[in-house]
Amino acid sequence: MTKLTVNGVVHDVAADEDMPLLWVLRDLLGLTGTKYGCGEALCGACTVHLDGRAVRACVTPMRRAAGHAVTTIEGLSPAGDHPLQRAWVELGVPQCGFCQSGQIMTAAALLAEKPKPTDDDIDHSLAGNLCRCGTYLRIRAAVRKAADS
Amino acid sequence: MNAPALALVVVPFRAPVVALCRAPVVALCRAPVVALCRALALGLAVAACSGRPPAAPPVQPPAAPAPAASDQLLAPAQFDVIADRTQRSQALFVEASRVLTHARCVNCHPPDDTPRQGEAHVPHDPPVLRGADDHGISALGCVTCHQDRNAELARIPGAPDWHLAPRSMVWLGKSPAEICTQLKDPARNGGRTLAQVHDHVAHDGIVAWGWRPGADRAAAPGSQAQLAALVQAWIDTGAACPTEEIKR
Repeated sequence: MTKLTVNGVVHDVAADEDMPLLWVLRDLLGLTGTKYGCGEALCGACTVHLDGRAVRACVTPMRRAAGHAVTTIEGLSPAGDHPLQRAWVELGVPQCGFCQSGQIMTAAALLAEKPKPTDDDIDHSLAGNLCRCGTYLRIRAAVRKAADS
Repeated sequence: MNAPALALVVVPFRAPVVALCRAPVVALCRAPVVALCRALALGLAVAACSGRPPAAPPVQPPAAPAPAASDQLLAPAQFDVIADRTQRSQALFVEASRVLTHARCVNCHPPDDTPRQGEAHVPHDPPVLRGADDHGISALGCVTCHQDRNAELARIPGAPDWHLAPRSMVWLGKSPAEICTQLKDPARNGGRTLAQVHDHVAHDGIVAWGWRPGADRAAAPGSQAQLAALVQAWIDTGAACPTEEIKR
């Protein structure tokens, strides 16, 4: 049994300790806001926070998360009003929306470390988050808006 | 059989010069010295009728062990055939450099901010950057994706504290001579003594990954223990660096 703290709630998870964290979140804990994209850490759709730092849940074994704080899109802001989430809504960033929880979680980790990022900072930090709809310009604008708010 | 007959046997296809070769031998040879003449005739016939001056004694190349297979390393003892201590030290380093210049090593010793991937050293995908501490940048650190061990299902390499070598430790595109000079320079080896260099080579977890790269990646030749033995022997023989001309 592995103790996991996800969005402030402690869970006892009966699963192989090498199970990808994404599987635990989605299939065992029912937190489906985090998406499965490539399964190889190449697209960023599964990004969550481990002690505030971005990780790709699809390749992170559950054992790595034990004893640390896991935050998913559901736990970023209980009311859904994180500055990034507000900016996302105001600028109408998503199209299909599939990648957006990963985009927001990566952006949130960036702003936590660099509250006033440059455009280059944003581009570089989100370079591993793909958006097949091509909403990159609006993503960058929303991150800037959130940083300015 | 007299000497001219012997000469004819030795050079049967040199008819135009046979007559010339016979004359002095016939004049010299008489019964009491037949045996000596036969030998003399043989030598004269071969040397004088061959059209070439006598060959100089062959020059022996410097003693060196036979190369190991591409996936193996030679053991330090195999370099004992090199009598000169400095040359032996250089040769030991060249052998060790077969690991240091391997793709599993140099891909994370780039000259810029981008790690490389594969045997062709292509830029890392997704595009990542070194960052201030060689561990990546905000929200896209090395450990955002890399774990403490290989993630086989995703083919992602992993080892504890996955990160790039510092910018001062460029190996990609460098020769064994350049890497050697760098390894001995505390300003470019992380402030390490040679003993600490050896300790790093012998025990570091990321170094060890070079022989357990996972997926379909080619491992570095030999083993970490064999590399450590070569480096120790290199240090013990004076840690001499090879020149640019010295190749494996």
